[in-house]
Amino acid sequence: MDYTLFVIQLLNGLQLGILLFLVASGLTLVFGILDFVNLAHGSVYMLGAFICASLTFALGNFVYALLISLPIVAVIGYGFERLIARPLYERDHLDHVLGTFGAILVIDTLAHMIWGPAGIAIPLPAALDGQTQLAPGIVVPTFRLAIITAGLIAAAGLYWLVNHTRTGMLIRAGASNRTMVTALGVDIQALFSFVFAIGAALAGLAGMLIAPITEASLGMGNNIIITAFVVIIVGGIGSMKGAFLAALLIGLIDTLGRAFLDDIFKLFMSSSAAENSAPAISSMSIYLIMALILFFRPQGLFPPKLR
Amino acid sequence: MKKLITTLLGTSLLATSALAADVKIGFVTTLTTPAAVIGKDMQNAVNLAMEHLGGKAGAHNLEVIFGDDGFAPDTGKQVTDRLVKQDQVDFVAGYIWSHVLLASRKSALDAGKILISSNAGPSQMAGKLCHENFFSASWQNDQTPMAMGEVLNKAGVKSLYIMAPNYAAGKDMVAGVERTFKGEIVGKDLTKWGADAQLDFSAELAKAKASGADGIFVFYPGAAAGAFTKQYHQAGLKDNLPLYSVFTVDGISLPKLQAANFSGIVGSKVTQEWDPSLDNVANQKFVSDFKAKYGTYPSFYAAQSYDTIRMIAAAVEKVDGDMSDMDGIRAALKSADYDSVRGSYSYGSNNFPVQNFYLREVVVDGDGNWTTQVVDTVLTNHVDPHAADCKMK
Repeated sequence: MDYTLFVIQLLNGLQLGILLFLVASGLTLVFGILDFVNLAHGSVYMLGAFICASLTFALGNFVYALLISLPIVAVIGYGFERLIARPLYERDHLDHVLGTFGAILVIDTLAHMIWGPAGIAIPLPAALDGQTQLAPGIVVPTFRLAIITAGLIAAAGLYWLVNHTRTGMLIRAGASNRTMVTALGVDIQALFSFVFAIGAALAGLAGMLIAPITEASLGMGNNIIITAFVVIIVGGIGSMKGAFLAALLIGLIDTLGRAFLDDIFKLFMSSSAAENSAPAISSMSIYLIMALILFFRPQGLFPPKLR
Repeated sequence: MKKLITTLLGTSLLATSALAADVKIGFVTTLTTPAAVIGKDMQNAVNLAMEHLGGKAGAHNLEVIFGDDGFAPDTGKQVTDRLVKQDQVDFVAGYIWSHVLLASRKSALDAGKILISSNAGPSQMAGKLCHENFFSASWQNDQTPMAMGEVLNKAGVKSLYIMAPNYAAGKDMVAGVERTFKGEIVGKDLTKWGADAQLDFSAELAKAKASGADGIFVFYPGAAAGAFTKQYHQAGLKDNLPLYSVFTVDGISLPKLQAANFSGIVGSKVTQEWDPSLDNVANQKFVSDFKAKYGTYPSFYAAQSYDTIRMIAAAVEKVDGDMSDMDGIRAALKSADYDSVRGSYSYGSNNFPVQNFYLREVVVDGDGNWTTQVVDTVLTNHVDPHAADCKMK
């Protein structure tokens, strides 16, 4: 196998994995700590993309637009928690699903009314629009490297926040035993709002980063939310480390499957059969992985220690 | 009592039009999901056609009822059933997507309705599944890429990489270009399609680049077109892997590509049976009125939808609104005796158009808008390759 192509595909898989992590981390925080199923998490991803697209055209620069969109999306997440999520905490998961599914429909329709059905292509500044040579033969689009870098910075920031700050300590404590934390005098509601806002900002960031590649489009969040749920199930619900490693695993499996599965199939079946079956199998691959993990480790790869 | 009065009032109001025997057209397209951008363009064209006709075919009122297929075959079938059974339409038309049309055809044809495709042209329905009540107002899927295959041969392309979505039309498009392209096909990717289609092509583009092909052939209609073109551009493939596409760079994607200033796309060439620059009276009127009303160039989807309504109107007029005269309607449709915006054409034995295919180039028009214009005629009076499998004569 050609090693330069393999390295490029690894980078592509890494990029997909990091985007998945940004979406899944918010989902796992909210699910793990607040015990709240938020299907509308993907809608924030879409809103991030659309808001960033509009600002890019208003300001003329994608990077500034992204920096301004981040707090906007966080505020949206905060508002969502106050208005929609909070009244639902006391109810069971099915009500969470119904409530947030309704929110998806409302947000999708609002986006349709504001931005139209067409989707928006976002132009990149020249510095990000070209290609970068990493090593002889390994040339990748600069923007994809930028996604990997931005995603890793966000992941590192999140790690620092959760593991090395007082807020992070409270978040972890809240995840382990909510009642005890409240009894100790911590304002758990404020903490939850903060977690929701952080989760929204991370999902929004993912949407902003993917938009210059695939466009901001309606329903984009609904596609990624399913994969994000696969990630947190594989990683172990509520575990940040699990979400990170599972996201990279899923990203790599999906990308490498699309890249090499037909060549592998051609080794033992006719080339036309391989061409037909490879796309089907590769789009199934992540669900096959999830099924296997659920069978052998129903709690996921890295379940949080205390529940 | 109140109800009775309302009914009586309604009847008296309808009395005049009841004499004129209304003809109903069900028009199925995609009005939700990102693909709604195509559906909207088609809807605009249908409305423009109705406006040009004054809502009438001769003395008979026409009514169009739109249905949304949600970009999914099962929803498409449901909405077709509803149009046929509940709304009792006389014609079922529209259909962007081949897999939706294939799923819906039985609902319309088994009920004895006339079915007209305004876009999708799946190979099955041109061949074994051809039907006397099914007509295409567009093309058979294989034909446009066949024209592109000829263009590739002429351009001296020796090896080709192919990418298309994994559904009925994607497979037809690939088969089409393979039919005429004489060089070697060094790689092929069929990607996930539907409401949750794959839009990040990093892995596929990396493979295409590594394959060392002379060119890349793609088919990515609708919203995927913008995504593909951007990534092709970002991967810097313009110079070493020239792009040859069908149904990808069109009236739908060009305004968006222009807004994001992807100037690399100007000058690229695509094949099609229609173009806004085609010089005939019907087309000039259609294009200028469409631009005046909606502010953009019509896409080929719009042109075919406009033709669909014109062709139905001409047939209804010919049988004088007598919807029981099915033989008369079929004969009228088959004669293609209306002013098509693509110029005159005829119907083959399988009720698919026998028509020309043009090579179009992306250019900047007088007002600075990006559009296409015809540079060459690639195929003349072309019959699709599946016509021979059709038992109708």
